[in-house]
Amino acid sequence: MNAHGDDILQQAFTWQAGGQGVALATVIKTWGSAPRPAGAQLAVNESGAFVGSVSGGCIESEVVERALDIITSGGAQLCEFGISNARAWEVGLACGGAIKIYIERVD
Amino acid sequence: MKSETLHKLLDARRAHKPVTLITDLETGESWVNSSDDESAEPQASYPADVGEAARRARAQGRALIIEKEENAYFLNPYLPPLRLIVVGAVHIAQPLCRMAMLSGYEVAIIDPRTAFATTARFPDVDMITEWPGEALRALRPDCRTAVVTLTHDPKLDEPALDAALRSNAFYVGALGSRKTHAARLNRLAAEGHEDAALQKISGPVGLDIGAKSPAEIALSILAEMTLFLRDGKAPRK
Repeated sequence: MNAHGDDILQQAFTWQAGGQGVALATVIKTWGSAPRPAGAQLAVNESGAFVGSVSGGCIESEVVERALDIITSGGAQLCEFGISNARAWEVGLACGGAIKIYIERVD
Repeated sequence: MKSETLHKLLDARRAHKPVTLITDLETGESWVNSSDDESAEPQASYPADVGEAARRARAQGRALIIEKEENAYFLNPYLPPLRLIVVGAVHIAQPLCRMAMLSGYEVAIIDPRTAFATTARFPDVDMITEWPGEALRALRPDCRTAVVTLTHDPKLDEPALDAALRSNAFYVGALGSRKTHAARLNRLAAEGHEDAALQKISGPVGLDIGAKSPAEIALSILAEMTLFLRDGKAPRK
């Protein structure tokens, strides 16, 4: 039994060593009430499996989708999520906060 | 992120070394910054004040963003793993170890009484059967380490408490009633510990949540450790 926050990096490493495409999403900045602080991470593999979190479950599915695009295209992307988001009812944060997330592929 | 960067972060973690990951959010370039870089030749890869902010991020354990005219840098500290060292392979230690591991702690148990200290009772925990004082010193508790004594046997607990008080452990807790604790403090004072140092020991151990069962007592101890870790302060007893 071993459950460190950094298991996220370990999992990313394991996936990559096994030949899978991997992306990391990191909370860069938060405004108002946000469930996870700056620095919180989520690792995604090319099959869409993920570990960690960047919110309280509000935007993870959207982040995973974007991460999958980045695994294919390469590079990195800065994304903002908040109540002003046009798809707020779907991917916004119920808590009323806003967050900026950096998604990058592990090359 | 390059996979070498990911490897460096994992290596630092294994070496119990605090580092800061610096990411240029415009170019996507990233660097692993540590205290080694402060004495080394300055690298042209990122501005000196970003290196300085990376040191601050480590010291405060908080990620931050530095916005420049041209680009922005994200500084994310990766601190050594939290550690819990338990003295006494007793019943309370069983749920405490499991809960602490779930909360991200690496756990070690010290108990020279081999009837208690068995891997059957404590699977996946580092088991040390040396004498507590020396064993604790050898583990070098740092500012990410909590020490909890649970034997309430002075000859086992007190050498460990003595060593814990001389370390940078962020939390030192000792099981025992108020009366036991007062007697223990008197003995430690006689060994030369100042009052201010003795106040570092949380005793009776744990937050007062009315805990009765071993698991509930473990919960109260972990809750108090969390308060010290995140708030750096002791509750009133």
